[in-house]
Amino acid sequence: MANAKLALNDVSMVFKTDGQEFTALAPLDLEIEGGRFISLIGPSGCGKSTIFNIVAGLQPPSSGKVLIDGRDATGMIGQVGYMLQKDLLLPWRTVLDNVALGMEIRGVPLAEGRERAAPLLKRYGLGGFEMRYPSSLSGGMRQRAALLRTLLVDNDVVLLDEPFGALDAQTKASMQEWLLQLFGDFGRTVIFVTHDVEEAVFLSDEVYVMASRPGRVIDRMPVDLPRPRDRSLVSTPRFVAMKKYCLDLLHGAAAPAEAA
Amino acid sequence: MNTKSTTLPGRSLWSLPGLRAKSGPTPQRKVTRRLPVETIWPTWALVAVQVAFLVGFLLLWEAGAAFGLVDAFFWSRPSAIWETGLIFFDSGAAYVDIAYTFRSTLMGFVIGTSAGALLGMSFWWSRNYAAIMQPYIICLESIPKLALAPLIILVFGMGLSSKVAIATALTLIVSTLTAYSGVQAVDKDQERLFYSLGASRWQVFTKLVAPSCVPWIISILRVNIGLALTGSIVGEFVASQHGLGRTILYAGSTYEISLVWVAVFVLSALSMLMYVAVAWLEKVLRKGVVR
Repeated sequence: MANAKLALNDVSMVFKTDGQEFTALAPLDLEIEGGRFISLIGPSGCGKSTIFNIVAGLQPPSSGKVLIDGRDATGMIGQVGYMLQKDLLLPWRTVLDNVALGMEIRGVPLAEGRERAAPLLKRYGLGGFEMRYPSSLSGGMRQRAALLRTLLVDNDVVLLDEPFGALDAQTKASMQEWLLQLFGDFGRTVIFVTHDVEEAVFLSDEVYVMASRPGRVIDRMPVDLPRPRDRSLVSTPRFVAMKKYCLDLLHGAAAPAEAA
Repeated sequence: MNTKSTTLPGRSLWSLPGLRAKSGPTPQRKVTRRLPVETIWPTWALVAVQVAFLVGFLLLWEAGAAFGLVDAFFWSRPSAIWETGLIFFDSGAAYVDIAYTFRSTLMGFVIGTSAGALLGMSFWWSRNYAAIMQPYIICLESIPKLALAPLIILVFGMGLSSKVAIATALTLIVSTLTAYSGVQAVDKDQERLFYSLGASRWQVFTKLVAPSCVPWIISILRVNIGLALTGSIVGEFVASQHGLGRTILYAGSTYEISLVWVAVFVLSALSMLMYVAVAWLEKVLRKGVVR
């Protein structure tokens, strides 16, 4: 694919501690087309977070290159949106100012950033909370604000690291639908990390199943379910079969369909 | 252990009447007891008792001095202290001294706290720099700064600046260490978020590190006002021409004990006033900054 939005070329990560080598990520080739929703699932220590840190430029890889739109972006920060597990809203800023933070860092004056953020807060379920401080928001609200902050920075690629991991099941379900709506509206390329197989299949165009020791991708499963997707989808036989396939891979019960 | 002692020959503990080992477990007592609750007096009653204590103490003191039970030469007496106080304020000497001590305390407090905060936060910029500076900071921390007072007087002279310098010396290092703790407590993930957004070091410092340190710096204000006052007083003890500390020293050396008491009371009042002001400032700052 020459027109890949994001490509990892032979990227690997090896840590050396006390003369011992630990392969956090075995050499990985990955190409992701623009506008796709990709999920990475796998056990802890499979290198999901390492991939994110490398793509976000927060950690130089031991080898390999990160290409965004074909340009070398290895070790460059600010090239992709990155939402970490925690919402990381600044407690001394209002919700509106928190959402505008990314734009502010990119040189947009705060007043203009606020102007641009305010209608989006209204549209995406944070109306009336603009002037509140994060401490008075529920977990779901905080995640919404954090995600909007990420999306308001004009990066085409967005990394989401288990954004709904700490939410209760009901909030999680509504947040997933909310995220799908946002994904449809913004048209970004999303890479999503999760432990939750159902979440991965429900949201994604493609699911990458990973294994640990060494961290590596063992399978790539396309999810050819039509969008927009509805919650009732999760009980269809096709969905259940996909979910089972991923779970089997994760538990090592089935050999991957193709060699990794 | 316990099981063995029962096999010892002679009188064992268990053979004493009333302590005999019973067959089966000890039955539990039936508890018929109310929750112990203390009745809280109304505020006026509490205040009345407090005032009564004070008045009683002063009366005892005065009476003791009158009947020769308390040596009024060393301890003075409330009536004499009151008269001396009136003279102290009437002559205007009180206002000069109060202003002098207040000024050096406030200046030392502001300079020490802000310079310390800036120094502490500066360690964020380079871990090498922080590591190099650390032993020096710890050394400075361990020096009893008051022991340097005579030296500081020599360098800065008898005037206000030496008192400000001592007050600054007392508050500076504490503020530095506190601000540095604040720096170290900055959430690493928060920093990663800023960098992932493409932030510069300066942006991370002004938008994340400095605001995160504010609550730490606020927390040191109340301690520092007390330290600054101590520094000023000690400076005045060593060498000065004005100030409440000098008045105490002067009155003490001329056996004007009632003036010592007056100056001590005025000093306490000043200290309390500044403490209340800083506590209020702290509250205002917390409301505005910390959520």
